[in-house]
Amino acid sequence: MTESLVQRRHALSVLSQQLDVLARSPVPSFASTLRAIGLDPLTRTSPRVLQINVGKMCNQVCRHCHVDAGPDRTEIMTRETMTHCLAALDAAPFEVVDLTGGAPELNPDFRWLVEQVRARGRAVIDRCNLTILLVRGQHDLVDFLAGHQVEVVASLPYFQARQTDAQRGDGVFEKSIEGLRRLNAAGYGAADGRLKLNLVYNPVGAFLPPRQEAIERDFRRELAQRHDVRFNHLFTITNMPINRYLEYLLESGNFDEYMQRLQAAFNPAAARGVMCRDTLSVGWDGTLHDCDFNQQMQLGLPAGLPRHIADFRPEALHQAPIAIGNHCYGCTAGAGSSCGGAVE
Amino acid sequence: MGDYYRSEDLGKFAEIGRDAPELAEKFFGWYESVFAEGALSAREKALIALAVAHSEQCPYCIDAYTRSCLEQGSNPAQMTEAVHVAAAIKGGAALVHGVQMRNTTDKLSM
Repeated sequence: MTESLVQRRHALSVLSQQLDVLARSPVPSFASTLRAIGLDPLTRTSPRVLQINVGKMCNQVCRHCHVDAGPDRTEIMTRETMTHCLAALDAAPFEVVDLTGGAPELNPDFRWLVEQVRARGRAVIDRCNLTILLVRGQHDLVDFLAGHQVEVVASLPYFQARQTDAQRGDGVFEKSIEGLRRLNAAGYGAADGRLKLNLVYNPVGAFLPPRQEAIERDFRRELAQRHDVRFNHLFTITNMPINRYLEYLLESGNFDEYMQRLQAAFNPAAARGVMCRDTLSVGWDGTLHDCDFNQQMQLGLPAGLPRHIADFRPEALHQAPIAIGNHCYGCTAGAGSSCGGAVE
Repeated sequence: MGDYYRSEDLGKFAEIGRDAPELAEKFFGWYESVFAEGALSAREKALIALAVAHSEQCPYCIDAYTRSCLEQGSNPAQMTEAVHVAAAIKGGAALVHGVQMRNTTDKLSM
């Protein structure tokens, strides 16, 4: 297992270095591309998803991680900040609370937060790395998630060990399959859809994802035949050229070509459907962002909008502009990419 | 001749239409239709293209369809088997001409 950029004191752990690299990429600015299709400024629609990043701590150190998460990252959301999130939930009609990290389950108040959100009748998504289900102290996590009808969105970049382990670490595939089996045993992934288990595919390398329906068929066949594992849907997510994936792109000499590939595959329909239009993202420290990627780039809501969840006012978001950067090409390439998979 | 094939030249392919735009338009339109989902999936077509690219030994095509196969969800094992299919047909095509060699040998020999 490697370490986070921060732990290694890597140059890219300094955010301005990443911004410099992205600014020098051989593509027109994302803003100018939006302008060309009359989508500047990109603005919000009705808020639907409150995505809360409860901390950067993780039991894995994946090579493509846009958060630069890892065991050494100690940034964790406090219960006080979670209380502000719940107040926002009471003030606005968010349908879904999407919990992410790091490994969100490692936050000591994760289960409390899930209970509070479910008591408010809102749906909860747990972005689960699967191996966390096997970690000591988490033996009852599957039952907890099932008991609260939490939707599990689980990372599994490929249906074979070689690719999965190359991205997520040695032995991760085998543990992930064991995690999926435990979820299946609890009723997750059944055809009735009562306990939703959705998988996330990320390309293992410097290329774009396949068509979602096509690769979903391959995953369903291979996981059933070889591992007796079932799931509901598979989401394809494009890797975002920030943090550790940016490190990979630069080290492998793929950065320029990847940015050109993203830009050449720019899809106006995907741009109109980007997730930031109906998502509000909260950082571990309560800061507000248009998406989890902007959050990692420390790009807050545009000027004049609330900066912190404690200051959240639903009316402030009404048709508010969205902060953008060249990394946004990652969400608009091909069929588009969002935390819920392809956009069209 | 050392840099006869340059990766960045693939991006200039569309410039082939500069002196014959109508022909280029027809070619690229037809090409796009060929690779669309049809009776064969886009993934299957990309694997066929990868195999043919090796048989034709076109560096541009090998680069383009290696990427395309990965972006259609194929893995290195499937892609390697596709290249073996190309190699088997290419090798077989050479070897099966041995029948001609035998025919001629038989004619010339006592």
